[in-house]
Amino acid sequence: MTHLPDPAKKPPPKVEIWKLTKRFGSFTALDEVSFKIAPGRFHALLGENGAGKSTLVKCLMGTYRADGGSVVLDAAEVEISSPRAAQRLGLGMVYQHFTLVPSMTVAENLVLGDPDLTQVIDWPAQRASLEAFLADMPFRLDLDRLVSSLSAGEKQKLEILKQLRLGSRLLILDEPTSVLTPDEADQILGLMRRLTDEGRISVVLISHKLREVEAYADEVTVLRQGKLVGQGRVADLSRDDMVRMMVGDEPPAQVSARESSGEGAVMLDVQALCVDNDKGLPAVRDLDLQVRAGEIVGVAGISGNGQTEFVEVLAGQRAIAGGQPVVAGEPYHRTRTEMRARGIKLLPEAPLQNACVRGMSVAENLSLRRFDEAPMSRAGFWLNRRAMRARATELIAQFRVKTQGPDAPIETLSGGNVQRTVLARELADGANLLIVQNPCFGLDLKAVAEIRQRIVEARNGGTAVLLLSEDLDEILELSDRILVMSEGRIVYETTRDAARVQDIGRHMAQEGA
Amino acid sequence: MPPPGLLNSLEAVTINVAAFLITMALFGVYVASLGHNPLDVYYVLWLGSFARQISVESTLTNAAPLMLTALCTAIPARAGLLVIGGEGALVVGGVATVLAGVALSGAPFLLGVAVMALAGALAGGLWIGFAGALRQYRGVNETISTLLLNYIAIAVMYHLITGPIRDWDRVLKTSSWSIPQELRVGPLPFIDVHWGLATGVVICLILWIIMRRTTFGFGVDILGGNPRAAQMAGLPINRMVVLCCFIGGAGAGLAGSFEVMAVHGFASESLAVGFGYAGILVAFLSRQNPAAIIVLAILLGGVTASGGLLQRRFDLPDATTQVLQGVLFLVVLASNAAYGRLSLFQPAAWRTT
Repeated sequence: MTHLPDPAKKPPPKVEIWKLTKRFGSFTALDEVSFKIAPGRFHALLGENGAGKSTLVKCLMGTYRADGGSVVLDAAEVEISSPRAAQRLGLGMVYQHFTLVPSMTVAENLVLGDPDLTQVIDWPAQRASLEAFLADMPFRLDLDRLVSSLSAGEKQKLEILKQLRLGSRLLILDEPTSVLTPDEADQILGLMRRLTDEGRISVVLISHKLREVEAYADEVTVLRQGKLVGQGRVADLSRDDMVRMMVGDEPPAQVSARESSGEGAVMLDVQALCVDNDKGLPAVRDLDLQVRAGEIVGVAGISGNGQTEFVEVLAGQRAIAGGQPVVAGEPYHRTRTEMRARGIKLLPEAPLQNACVRGMSVAENLSLRRFDEAPMSRAGFWLNRRAMRARATELIAQFRVKTQGPDAPIETLSGGNVQRTVLARELADGANLLIVQNPCFGLDLKAVAEIRQRIVEARNGGTAVLLLSEDLDEILELSDRILVMSEGRIVYETTRDAARVQDIGRHMAQEGA
Repeated sequence: MPPPGLLNSLEAVTINVAAFLITMALFGVYVASLGHNPLDVYYVLWLGSFARQISVESTLTNAAPLMLTALCTAIPARAGLLVIGGEGALVVGGVATVLAGVALSGAPFLLGVAVMALAGALAGGLWIGFAGALRQYRGVNETISTLLLNYIAIAVMYHLITGPIRDWDRVLKTSSWSIPQELRVGPLPFIDVHWGLATGVVICLILWIIMRRTTFGFGVDILGGNPRAAQMAGLPINRMVVLCCFIGGAGAGLAGSFEVMAVHGFASESLAVGFGYAGILVAFLSRQNPAAIIVLAILLGGVTASGGLLQRRFDLPDATTQVLQGVLFLVVLASNAAYGRLSLFQPAAWRTT
């Protein structure tokens, strides 16, 4: 039985998007794109970064006003003037960046979006209805847990639950499975598939994972540079067809061949490292790990098992509770001098939040590591902004960062280009130790291939690479050695050649060690 | 796309002008409720602040300490701190100046003045630097600690001027010993405003250059923009924060020095008349830009200067200028919410990818 609000009364709308156009200044981000979504369809939206997918979705959600074209719901043209209007029309979006209140419980977050919420909340009734609602879902969340204690994967689930709970009839999922284990991803997309098959909702899935599109979507629409470049039934299209539509005739860069490396010296040596999380609870417990020059050590694990805290320690963003990392044979106190002398570089997850200054330009952000050295400063005191810009211009070209120029604020760049910017900064002067976390989260195929290639090139050049990723495919593709992290410890180790997905998955899922 | 720096400046100017106009409108309502024509009141405000040489001099005399106390909030704010301890730093700076001046009686003028100014700056710098150190090494919120340090500074001053350093010859006004007459600082050439104004302008300009053109200023902007990025870059954050607090406190301490050396000649309750708090307002108005502080300190100095005339002409209550300043403060704080909301000034509005 279903407990979604009034599913029978309101079937999903028939959506027609007609010549939708959005311009920013002289730039056309979305150029007369038209397509239809029949009720109860699972529709995939494919395209590279900057292809106009987000713009299209933001027009649908009322975040942007379209400059031309129209949206027709059930044969009536609608004006979507605000996100609230979109909500009223039954259009719901699951955002890449979470829109939950961390200090509230799961139940409170599920209830707070309800537009009909009474001033005094009838909690017993709400709880009963939430319990009934959850009973129908293929995954469960403890209603009393604080959102801040949920892992990224669980938060994503909660976002989806929230939208379903609000009664959205057309659900837009923006890269929903980037943070999930393969099993969780299949669970969520399976649920979506079931709901569409039952005719309860329509789904628009924005994804770069062709496997997911092939496995779950009915129809696909492909955008490139703001234009519609292909659409059709997924069953009629091959994977190659879809890739060709997305990237044009230019094939995506191939990850360069790995050169076999000899046994390098130990660059990073971590023994019995203990780290506490924000609440003062142990997040990393007696972690032992070594990375040698010229190898990529991949650390797999479900999010929230201490990976972020571990990276923050190496980035100097978190205090150590016990143990002392050793880099290149010397204790590493995370000072600028040490980072520079030993060539320690980082590409943390969410680089805009963790490794960039939002209000600063691309050139300034590219200078974070070296602004106090010649030629970008004289005598370590006077800044030379011209040299900063010159070097930034070089790096932008070399790493193919798409930006309006070195002076553009970093926050105007797309996610992939922020990632490229940070990678450019970290790799420009060579690195002896590179620490990378979820480098390809939410990026399109081309950016993914390019960034992975840079990482492999660094490895081939003798850099010791520590790669922490929630994407098991990425770990398997890149790593020389594979470790599994669970509950703050390394619980499993294998080599590239001996790695088996089943074994790794089993250790990822294990509780405790 | 226009350069982002220009967009930011235009945004700040637009918002500040709007805030000023809204303040004047609200103040007009206030004086109208007291039965006066707001237009007459605006005219007298102009008359008392900028219309005549004597009012300009009065405006600039008020502006001088404001420039320096504004730094006490502005410089730490660039590193991401909210320091409101300008009043206390000014007071300890003033007291230190008195002590130095008394000890230096008989010293040559330039040496005496230099040491007194250094003593004031050092005292103010250590006062606020202490709050910065408390924050970095002990996790004490700097806003709370500097607020409380204001009370402590004023209490310490009262303790000293009513006992240990009291000038018992002055009966009508409780005050400290006076600094030697020959060490008093006189007016600038051509205009009857003391040297604190020139010092304030020069220091604001120097700090403007330091914040814009040096690696220190760049590092502070990284820290203020995103502490996590600063940590990742391995910047010496603790030292930078304490140093920013020291510089800001030194500014306010120097303001105290000039109040003693050029205006009063001694320490008394006249030191704690709100320059430190008005400096917070100037820092907010200027968006922590030391060059803009010069202009806005003069504007606010004008408001203060015209207060007396305003009160006499219209028989308004003594608190009238405080009402005006308070309204301005609230409107400016509220208008901070407008930053980032006016799409015309957002780089994103000009985004093409």
